[in-house]
Amino acid sequence: MNIVTFKSDFIKPVILGAIIFAALAFLPSLVDSYYMSLAISITSFAILATAWAMFSGPTRYISLATVVFFGIGAYTVAVLGEILPFPVVLICAALAGTVLALLVGFSTLRLAGVYFVIFTFGLTELVRQVVSWYEVNVTRELGRYIFLDITQDDIYWQLLTLLAVLLLTGFILGRSRLGFALRIIGEDETVAKHCGINVTRVKVALFVLSAVFMTLTGAIMAPRWTYIDPVIAFNPMLSFQVVIMALLGGPRRLLGPILGVIPLTLLFEVLTANFPNHFSIMLGVTFMVIVYLLPGGVIGLYEKYGGPNKPSHPNGPPTTKEKTA
Amino acid sequence: MLSYAVFSGITLGGMYALVAMGLTLQYGVSRIMNLAYGELVVVASFAAFVLMTSAGINPVIGLLILIPASFALNWAIYRILLKPLVARAKNRGMLEVDSILATFGLLFIVQGVLLVWFGGNYYSYDFMNSAVNVFGAAIAANRLVALGFAVVIGLGFYLILTRTRIGTALRAVAVDPQSARLVAIDVNFAACFAFALGGAMAAIGGVLVSMFLTFSTSMGVVFTMKALIVVIMGGVGNILGALVAGLILGIAEALVATYIDPGLTIAVTYVIFLLVLLIKPSGLFGRATS
Amino acid sequence: MSAEILLSVSGLHKAFGGLIAVNQMQFDVHKGEILGLLGPNGSGKTTVMNLISGALPPNEGKVVLAGRDITSLPAHTISHAGIARTFQLVRILPDLDCIENIEAGLAFRPGPLWGDAAKLAARALLDRIGLADHAHTPAGDLTYIDQKRLELGRALALQPKLLLLDEWLAGLNPSELQEGIALVRKLKSEGLTIIMVEHVMDAIRSLCDRCVVMNTGTKIADGTPETVLADPEVIRAYLGDAHA
Repeated sequence: MNIVTFKSDFIKPVILGAIIFAALAFLPSLVDSYYMSLAISITSFAILATAWAMFSGPTRYISLATVVFFGIGAYTVAVLGEILPFPVVLICAALAGTVLALLVGFSTLRLAGVYFVIFTFGLTELVRQVVSWYEVNVTRELGRYIFLDITQDDIYWQLLTLLAVLLLTGFILGRSRLGFALRIIGEDETVAKHCGINVTRVKVALFVLSAVFMTLTGAIMAPRWTYIDPVIAFNPMLSFQVVIMALLGGPRRLLGPILGVIPLTLLFEVLTANFPNHFSIMLGVTFMVIVYLLPGGVIGLYEKYGGPNKPSHPNGPPTTKEKTA
Repeated sequence: MLSYAVFSGITLGGMYALVAMGLTLQYGVSRIMNLAYGELVVVASFAAFVLMTSAGINPVIGLLILIPASFALNWAIYRILLKPLVARAKNRGMLEVDSILATFGLLFIVQGVLLVWFGGNYYSYDFMNSAVNVFGAAIAANRLVALGFAVVIGLGFYLILTRTRIGTALRAVAVDPQSARLVAIDVNFAACFAFALGGAMAAIGGVLVSMFLTFSTSMGVVFTMKALIVVIMGGVGNILGALVAGLILGIAEALVATYIDPGLTIAVTYVIFLLVLLIKPSGLFGRATS
Repeated sequence: MSAEILLSVSGLHKAFGGLIAVNQMQFDVHKGEILGLLGPNGSGKTTVMNLISGALPPNEGKVVLAGRDITSLPAHTISHAGIARTFQLVRILPDLDCIENIEAGLAFRPGPLWGDAAKLAARALLDRIGLADHAHTPAGDLTYIDQKRLELGRALALQPKLLLLDEWLAGLNPSELQEGIALVRKLKSEGLTIIMVEHVMDAIRSLCDRCVVMNTGTKIADGTPETVLADPEVIRAYLGDAHA
């Protein structure tokens, strides 16, 4: 009975999104390279924060390992970039991200959320150490050069495409049974199990999906650096920035994280330019301010004060749950 | 070489156990998952370094200053930063997430401050660096002193928890804050006290470690990670478990560093952590929760 | 009763640390009957429900549903096998509205419903449990009795062979209780098999075909409500020696 409204419900945002992305694709012909580099930062953070929130928003499992996947993507390009055609390299990167996410997911996601947080917290350090060890002992070169014929504009377009795919995926997910399962798990995991949902499998599936987007972002961004080493590729600051952005925007809505990405990317830009030595302190302070003053993110504020269809329980920050069984 | 590796593993493991005891107190009693915990360890290492190099106060005397100072600092952190989160949390899960996020922010602030003051280099200072012969292995005297202190302090801590009124109150809160309230235990005070005491343990660990290891501003995360793994291995809230788990971790690391490659110590930590997660997530000595 | 056996529990054992919560439990449930699971507080009734529904794995023993061994299977598999449950402390999905709460039961069962079909089925179910007016109310805003109805609705949406009701009638006022009893009776008349943990004697007498009584983890009586409630050992378990 609702087929028509369902369709327009679906098609309208997709068309609107397509128009916006088509317009954004013309950006390189309008602005100079400084603004292009800013646009690349914003787009890449938009992908990372949205992908982070896709998993951590509904499940409330906080992942502190964004940069692990990002760095693995970058390393895949550094290792294979000159051997294989770029699209094949991207596929390899996605595969590497999938394997690692499956490993992490199956060993931690059947346990209470706090185990997952701890595991992801240290994972960056682990992967960085292992990659360093491998490079020093096996290849005997700590860093790698990436010389690929990929321009800044190419990177921007690739990121924009990836962001479009991610948002479309998120949009479809929000209307799918998988997305619904995820919302039920976020509400009450025990109920989800007794409704016939294979909770671990759903969580792992989403974690892998989110990790693949992070890995691809790292792979696409790699040519921008020309030189990478483990310290550059696996910088824990990146995971931290992504969490702040998603929390500022509101991690439980598809477009929420992007609302946090734009102001914070600009803020970070100003901070790195003016306080290069105090960047970490400023970042910490910004983060604390958001955690204390804006627990529901910008979207939460909007819904609390005057937005349409207010939820009865304003979106809190994601919470881990205790294991009940 | 083996006896040297085992001994250095025991020293290291003793430090891990000591540091982890503080963390298990903060997490078990105060319900704060403190990701900035390792930063407090590193801050204490640097404080001991500054006292030694600029004021000529040796780290043993330094402990007398740093223990009360860190207790007060952590008391203040709990009162000012964490109390509002405790007050707004509707349940334990929410507090856990809020505390993870807030202390994650704190981590970057502390690390940033240290970086501004000390830069990214490795530091160390000379303290009782002469070798002593133990079972045929030449061991630096500072390691023996550190281990001795770890044993004495760990034991004292265990006795406080099991033999005193306040210790019993803390353990009661760890088991069930609601019921503890019913028997007239001031849960807020207990949480604050446990957090401060845990912070003091971190500081002790930091000072002792600085006697025999080089340290840098970026080592906090590694300490937090290892302490967390020891806490999980030993079972949350289990002091003896933390001791055994700390020793296992320390010895495993020392063996790998001696015989395979010092660059793989974190990998060892992680392999052990993974095994625990896969086989017995409630910890080596933890009971399965109902 | 000659009806076939739907659920058979044998040698079921569960200990938490040193505490034995369920000790060698053994009983059968026939198709189409309502079995009352009685006993004083702490006697292990809810643990039995958790063991049957897969919320907890037993240490020993067997649970067989319609000839299939479901012991120690994960909860979602047991749900697929045909067992649905409600919880002692009502568990709804507070931020989702009533339709979505019911859809949670429809979307992941064998033969799942999704989209418009699910919406239609959910509305029909809401109608059946008397919540038709609350389709778009967030479940967290419902009154206690309505939350209980909604939780039952979600369990029914799974189209179970066996329904586990854990003190579903507790905490209702007298008129709500009568409505509740009528609703359960209707489910029975539609052929559903039910195990109910209950303390409300009126409900037990009027609904249960048979009762199993537990004390300190062990079965102490099994029979019709009249016989078990007159059993001296049952009276002793509830009231102490002086009354037996």
